[in-house]
Amino acid sequence: MATPRSLLDKIWDQHVVCAPAGEQPLIYIDLHLVHEVTSPQAFEGLRLAGRKVRRPGKTFATPDHNVPTTDRSLPIADPISRQQIDTLRNNCREFGVRLFDLDDADQGIVHVIGPEMGLTQPGMTIVCGDSHTATHGALGALAFGIGTSEVEHVLATQTLRQSKPKSLELRVEGELAPGVTAKDLVLFLIGKISTEGGTGSVIEYTGPCIRRLSMEQRMTVCNMSIEGGARAGMIAPDATTFDYLRGRDFAPHNFDAAVAKWELLASDPGCHYDRTEVFNGADVVPQVTWGTNPAQVVGVDAVVPDPASLTTAADRDSATRALEYMGLAGGAKITDIPLDRVFIGSCTNSRIEDLREAARVVRGYRVASSISAMVVPGSGRVKRQAEAEGLDSIFREAGFDWREAGCSMCLGMNPDTLAVGERCASTSNRNFEGRQGKGGRTHLVSPSMAAAAAINGHFTDIRGWNYNG
Amino acid sequence: MEPFTIHTGVVAALDRANVDTDQIIPKQFLKRIERTGFGEFLFFDWRFLADGSPNPDFELNAPELADASILLARRNFGCGSSREHAPWALGDYGFRVVIAPTFADIFYSNCFQNGILPIRLEETDVDELFRRSEAGPSRLTVDLTTQTISDDSGFSRGFEIDAFRRRSLLEGLDAIGLTLQHAAAIDEWEQAHGVPQG
Ligand code: SF4
Repeated sequence: MATPRSLLDKIWDQHVVCAPAGEQPLIYIDLHLVHEVTSPQAFEGLRLAGRKVRRPGKTFATPDHNVPTTDRSLPIADPISRQQIDTLRNNCREFGVRLFDLDDADQGIVHVIGPEMGLTQPGMTIVCGDSHTATHGALGALAFGIGTSEVEHVLATQTLRQSKPKSLELRVEGELAPGVTAKDLVLFLIGKISTEGGTGSVIEYTGPCIRRLSMEQRMTVCNMSIEGGARAGMIAPDATTFDYLRGRDFAPHNFDAAVAKWELLASDPGCHYDRTEVFNGADVVPQVTWGTNPAQVVGVDAVVPDPASLTTAADRDSATRALEYMGLAGGAKITDIPLDRVFIGSCTNSRIEDLREAARVVRGYRVASSISAMVVPGSGRVKRQAEAEGLDSIFREAGFDWREAGCSMCLGMNPDTLAVGERCASTSNRNFEGRQGKGGRTHLVSPSMAAAAAINGHFTDIRGWNYNG
Repeated sequence: MEPFTIHTGVVAALDRANVDTDQIIPKQFLKRIERTGFGEFLFFDWRFLADGSPNPDFELNAPELADASILLARRNFGCGSSREHAPWALGDYGFRVVIAPTFADIFYSNCFQNGILPIRLEETDVDELFRRSEAGPSRLTVDLTTQTISDDSGFSRGFEIDAFRRRSLLEGLDAIGLTLQHAAAIDEWEQAHGVPQG
């Protein structure tokens, strides 16, 4: 009998183009997603060397990082942002790459539009000059972020030099309690394995708790694999995956034949993982980060840890530094932390289910007077769907800003930023110093926790929320 | 790419873990469409105060480190965003080597694309190097041909590096050019998998 193989093994084996002696193997790339920030130098490199894009048909681009989320009919105020977006447009035209431009109904965050148009499919190798490319692994693809030189390499050759990564199985048994979301689960897992627990590895999330997640919830989990150090995270495709993909624009025409192939991708029983860790979904409570990396996280019912209580000197140092930056003291109750801003959006949590979850909390309430809150849908499609369901009115009536699609305050390259000292409950993925604006203080939470924080002006345990209808 | 063989230089010690690429080069500088000129923005939010003057408390601003070309740091250096602007900024500022107990994956491979050598050393050895730079700037010699790192006062360690990456740095190989030598294998793979042209 053949040796049992994991999902990673199967995708890997199929994509090795060659492994010349003394070189790293070359693997074939099925889908290359491109955005405006990490691509200009790559296209310039091609131009200088007189090279072409080898497979423009496997390459798709959209501007997302830099784009304004206010009125799209106005010109972009910042001339440098405008230049970067113009550059992407010109490069796509010159090299024949399909662009979902700013005025395209399908524009959006690259990791939202890939799955939603069915570009992302099980068994594919997918890269993008962006560390959250891991998101696409939720559909059973091997998807990871690359640097700009590698972007150029893929454009020119449709391959990448890559040594086979190690495999890390994170198995989650049990079930999440009501009010506990995929975001809480992934923050919990990062808290356990640390920001470098996955370094050198591809994570495969397995177990009944993962199987129960919807497609979009799986994307939230895989999205943050990089925050645990792993370049990629993946989940074996199943009926949830196939149902999600059926009928999407770029889904295979002969869909049933594709499904028959995809069904073979799941890891074989007894396959080898370099490491396995087991958790239980029932142990997860709503999570709130208190520090400046995503592993500095506790349950909403806990207190900010006292640095002195941490085990290693390095953890104590970084906690002390983080608390100073965050303007917090060890021992403070999480639910006592007052906020200034709330951001619902980003490639982690800006899909329709995220917006439904937040709107359900918000319905019938008003945003606290001390809070300025915004919702930024992940794509034009998500925005239209939300509007068709009336979610925009729920947010607007409560006092949220309702914006156009883009990365927005996840990284604040556009005008959406925190001011010095402002404290934000954010559904994004990074709470690094200055991530949302120099001197800004970010707490990562789920969409429903962010919504509740907007209403009450401070963190609130969503498990006790009083829903209106 | 500039080849890397042997390098001697001043060590700048940055005693922090989890230094992310948002700190190495903050987002407001990612809008440029060139690969050059990022050095002046390296560690911008740490290096400069709100009024634009150098922050006297930031390690790299010590006058004796003005010529530093080897950066010493703690665990998980370069985590977060995939931005290659991070090694561009480090290289443009003058760094050729970064030493840490561990690196984030994407940053680690981005370094090699830009002639910067990231070296993983045991935590105890990194501790020792931090101790040696406490009294004042220390110097190290990094030899990629022998895979050793040493100073004049008895510190000497070997380091591990993937053989292909080592060769690429030593010879300053053009990665794309090398891959294009395997164009026939790529064609074959595409044919075998029914990839349409275009
Ligand atoms: S939403 Fe944030 S994390 Fe996601 S791609 Fe945009 S900037 Fe990166």
